[in-house]
Amino acid sequence: MRPESETELAEVIAGASAAFHIRGGGTRAIGVTTAAEVLETGGLSGISLYEPGALTLVAQAGTPLAEIEAALAAEGQRLAFEPMDHRGLLGTTGEPTIGGVVAGNVSGPRRVQGGAARDFMLGVRFVDGAGQVIKNGGRVMKNVTGYDLVKLMCGSWGTLGVLTEVSLKVLPVPETTACLLIDGLDEAAAQEVMSRALTSPFEVTGAAHAPGGPGEHPLTLLRLEGFAGSVAYRTGKLQEMFAERSVRVETDPQRVAALWRWVRDVEIMQGTGGDVWKFSVRPSEAPGLVAQLRAAHPVERVLYDWGGGLIWIECAPGTDLRPSGLKGHATLIRASEQTRLDLPVFQPEPPAVAALSAGIRARFDPRGMLNPGIMA
Amino acid sequence: MQMPEPNPAILARKARIVERLRSVLPADAVIEDEMETRAYECDALTAYRCPPLAAVLPSSTEEVAAVLKLCHEEGVPVVPRGAGTSLAGGALPTADSVILGVARMNDVLEVDYADRIIRVQTGRTNLSVTGAVEEEDFFYAPDPSSQLACAIAGNIAMNSGGAHCLKYGVTTNNLLGVTMVQMDGTVVEIGGAHLDAGGLDLLGLICGSEGQLGVVTEATLRILRKPEGARPVLMGFDSNEVAGACVSDIIKAGVLPVAIEFMDRPCIRATEDFAKAGYPDCEALLIVEVEGSPAEIDEQLGLILQIARRHNPVELREAQSADEAARIWLGRKSAFGAMGNINDYMCLDGTIPVNELPYVLRRIGEMSKEFGLDVANVFHAGDGNMHPLILFNANQPGQLETCEAFGAEILKLCVEVGGCLTGEHGVGIEKRDLMVDQYGPVDLEAQMAVKDVFDPAWLLNPAKVFPLAASDARRNVALAAE
Repeated sequence: MRPESETELAEVIAGASAAFHIRGGGTRAIGVTTAAEVLETGGLSGISLYEPGALTLVAQAGTPLAEIEAALAAEGQRLAFEPMDHRGLLGTTGEPTIGGVVAGNVSGPRRVQGGAARDFMLGVRFVDGAGQVIKNGGRVMKNVTGYDLVKLMCGSWGTLGVLTEVSLKVLPVPETTACLLIDGLDEAAAQEVMSRALTSPFEVTGAAHAPGGPGEHPLTLLRLEGFAGSVAYRTGKLQEMFAERSVRVETDPQRVAALWRWVRDVEIMQGTGGDVWKFSVRPSEAPGLVAQLRAAHPVERVLYDWGGGLIWIECAPGTDLRPSGLKGHATLIRASEQTRLDLPVFQPEPPAVAALSAGIRARFDPRGMLNPGIMA
Repeated sequence: MQMPEPNPAILARKARIVERLRSVLPADAVIEDEMETRAYECDALTAYRCPPLAAVLPSSTEEVAAVLKLCHEEGVPVVPRGAGTSLAGGALPTADSVILGVARMNDVLEVDYADRIIRVQTGRTNLSVTGAVEEEDFFYAPDPSSQLACAIAGNIAMNSGGAHCLKYGVTTNNLLGVTMVQMDGTVVEIGGAHLDAGGLDLLGLICGSEGQLGVVTEATLRILRKPEGARPVLMGFDSNEVAGACVSDIIKAGVLPVAIEFMDRPCIRATEDFAKAGYPDCEALLIVEVEGSPAEIDEQLGLILQIARRHNPVELREAQSADEAARIWLGRKSAFGAMGNINDYMCLDGTIPVNELPYVLRRIGEMSKEFGLDVANVFHAGDGNMHPLILFNANQPGQLETCEAFGAEILKLCVEVGGCLTGEHGVGIEKRDLMVDQYGPVDLEAQMAVKDVFDPAWLLNPAKVFPLAASDARRNVALAAE
């Protein structure tokens, strides 16, 4: 099924008797749905409004991300939340869509400083499980008119409605970028360095640590962005802060971009055979958690992002890495379909919270038509 | 503004309800005396007043849970209240409701600089959150004008913004977790010191739900390191259009000021009479503030001033000292006081796409003549969040109604050009009946369905946000259950 308009999509859902597997570009399927029939959103495509002077962009949900990024680049702007490209990690092909980014609340390294996809969402239109077209939010920066269903839809993985149009806040591309590189830190020391950088007044827009580095050795990365004079100044300040370490500075824009793409897309775990988990935790607790997981499980690779708040972990296939009593949440991003059926892909919620989530699903999709089971 | 008739069955049971409240709270935490409940008869939307059945001031999440559980059993509506600074009537009681004030819950529970978080009880005032972390040079970013008085509870309920949210975002972008009590007394923890939700973004849903989904008793907030410095620049222009174009050009140029504030001539004149900040007498004035080290500030202001000069400003004034910076902000910060000094006023809060500023300002000027009431405009221009202040005389019969009608027309205009009814104050009772201008029945139904999940009996802050006609059936199910 590939409706060509919002009206057609609404009719399809209203008239359907069996559930749909909603698909944008099909590049980020992590949960497993019981629905057999695929409903593609690619027919709803195109940028409907772009006002660079108002920092807003409105697009049909099935618009290829690449098309949006190209339009923004032409005006010197970008999606500041730096959405990850899952294709390398998941081994998927296809063309990521903006709707998929929003449905998965997909962000990148800049999330730690600038916010997640959900923080840049201004408005949505979607078709709920009964086939009704619903709008929420709008295309202005500040909007508290009624409940914020925009945030609710962002990260709901198509289970509450099929997105038809999204409206986003965009930001200018900074004039300059630089990356500070520190070699050889152990994980606790790296966490401390990232934390000190992020609590400095120097606006660090990326803080990551790879214990296994790009070449076997631990590497810590800190990113700065802005006007040239300012980036140079802040680079100097951070070098002073970490004077006891040996700090290298990368200023070549291509190489800085490649380094952060390496972090964003978890390139270190691409093409490897293990399962990949993503943990969102309190940054200072990250090294301890990783040590605990290493002690209990065959952990193969680790990558810290968001100053330690995000941990990517690769382990042997089929391992249930999620510890009980985890403060934060763990999502199983890559595993065989069987493992993703056996283990909860998303963090199980305490009963009272799970009841609220289930209640909302029952209201937005009473017949269980949209990606049933995908967030179970 | 109409409010639902109080339920006589609840009024008749007042003694029993008060007795039960006393059984779960300390004696001084239950207020039922008719004189004392008057203190809770309104919030900052003072045109509407109604003393509640009783007011309670719990001191802990457990006490809040006990109060809500028994009110749920008794079928009594509960109106949560932070500091009562809502301009939208978000904390306006009905005669059959219990006001649940969180003012006594103002402790700091945890500060962790390394993880950049603070956890507080939500009765704490916005400014005192910053106060708690200032000694380490940190701050809490959302800064509503009422920040000295307003509580975090109300900030979360209304998803409050402020002058500096152009750079730092509003409450929802700075809220990481909550402890929330549902109407039936169930306590839930959502989010925490980590980023983003594991499942559905319930935190995003709760923030801005105007106290209708639960009572948030504790909050984990993101704190930030203060920038090395900040410096404002003042620019005067001879037309609103030119000032609007300048805002747009600054944004397009890739500078991200922390604030871009806009004042029009009526506002400039009123504040000059009141605060004598030495503002130029011109049609439109911008205050643009940037942050960083002195050299970084020079770099950004250099670019901003270069853009401003292309628009032939009648005045460009860069602060050379802290004193000059304070003078630049003085007029802006006294704008509301200045207006209150000359007249009663109603403060609107619609947001529009930035590029529509000149058109909307012109239309407001024309409408001002039609309605015969003066308007002064002062607002956050960078994000299009307007604050037209309509001046009226409350003692003159009919003027409040004319003012409200005028205000409604301005808000409809905001929606018409692609904006919204409220950017940071919330809907409350004030804009409740205009919701149909922004949202269709299906859109409102989807929002009300969320309330059905969190508060099936519609007892929490029931007559707010949604037009009474739209929520009627749901509220009356609760009544019928009496």
